Amino acid sequence: MTSLPPIPGALRTVVARDGDTIVYVAREHLLDAMTWLKTTPGQDFNYLVDVTAVEYRDRERPLEVVYFLRSLERRADIRIKVELNPADELVVDSVYHLWHGADWLEREVFDMFGITFRGHPDLRRILMWETYAEGYPLRKSFPLRGRFSRAEQVRQALNANPEAHYSMEELSIAEAGGDLPDDMRERLRRGERGVIPEPPAPTP
Amino acid sequence: MKRVGEVQSSNYLLAKFQNLVDWVVNSSRANSLWPMPFGTACCAIEFMATAASRYDFARFGMERQAFSPRQADVLICAGRLPLKLAPVIRRIYDQMPQPKWVISMGACASTGGVFDNYAMVQGIDTIVPVDVYVPGCPPRPEGLLYGILLLHKKIKGESLFDAVRRRDEQPLDEKGLRLPPETIDEISEPFGNSVHQFRSS
Repeated sequence: MTSLPPIPGALRTVVARDGDTIVYVAREHLLDAMTWLKTTPGQDFNYLVDVTAVEYRDRERPLEVVYFLRSLERRADIRIKVELNPADELVVDSVYHLWHGADWLEREVFDMFGITFRGHPDLRRILMWETYAEGYPLRKSFPLRGRFSRAEQVRQALNANPEAHYSMEELSIAEAGGDLPDDMRERLRRGERGVIPEPPAPTP
Repeated sequence: MKRVGEVQSSNYLLAKFQNLVDWVVNSSRANSLWPMPFGTACCAIEFMATAASRYDFARFGMERQAFSPRQADVLICAGRLPLKLAPVIRRIYDQMPQPKWVISMGACASTGGVFDNYAMVQGIDTIVPVDVYVPGCPPRPEGLLYGILLLHKKIKGESLFDAVRRRDEQPLDEKGLRLPPETIDEISEPFGNSVHQFRSS
């Protein structure tokens, strides 16, 4: 059991169960608490294992953003949870500037749950393509087979431009090699991400 | 007795000549099918087993696996196809030179399989025309070999002199679809145990 962070109002609940320590932290104090956990001697949680989110089947229960932290030196684990009311805005502070490994983890949570991470440098979809318009697949309100008809899904997928979905990092590497086609270099310069093409007007 | 793919003509000698040409061309094509493996899942493991020494589809002229679509004859989609990969496999198919064939290997490539969800193409025949469907989850190498031999049979039934049986390029329509939308919806319908899951669940 770790000692409590000296941040007034940050701590909501502490649950110690099955050898795990789960700490519920107030949303507005998340960044302070995480900074404290990472930098305080004796805590040293220097490794962010995973960021994920949970939406429960009970509608009255809030969404939870879950952070798995590990201290490699102390061989200790802790789990931090932030509760978000689905009626409010789903926003938490990004921990990217504490652990850069949070980059893709937070993008995945954003992609699947629609939770915005304030301060994330490049928050866009990571698993679904960037022009995906059906919503956030792991939310309980999302239908299993998606919101659009299969034909519309196939149409949008076939009309997607695969080259518009390379990350800026990949494109920069390709550009450094000097083998990037001119049109792609132009798109890279404009920061183009691709658009969902509109279906043509039905012909009478 | 008329053989499969045999040209019928009132001119006996012309028909004989055309059949000879067809036999030469089709035998060449069928016995040197260069596969373009598009392996996305566990079917690709069975595909590799089929290519390896125990089953060895090089026996059927598939010695060289073309990892470039420009030099391939048959696209073998081994594994599930997410919607995100749909434009990729379509472009690979478009880049293959004529004549070209497609084998859909396994339940997921053929129908979506157990993945009846928001992310998966429900059968690659909504994206590219498919010649042979190999069932199985995944199919054993014998199953894939049987599919390849069925494709040989199909190729040997084609004719250069018959416009009906000749294979034309099938571009996407103006909506960017291969099939009419209602056909895609129909062949993407849930079946089997999936019918017990509702769209809203």
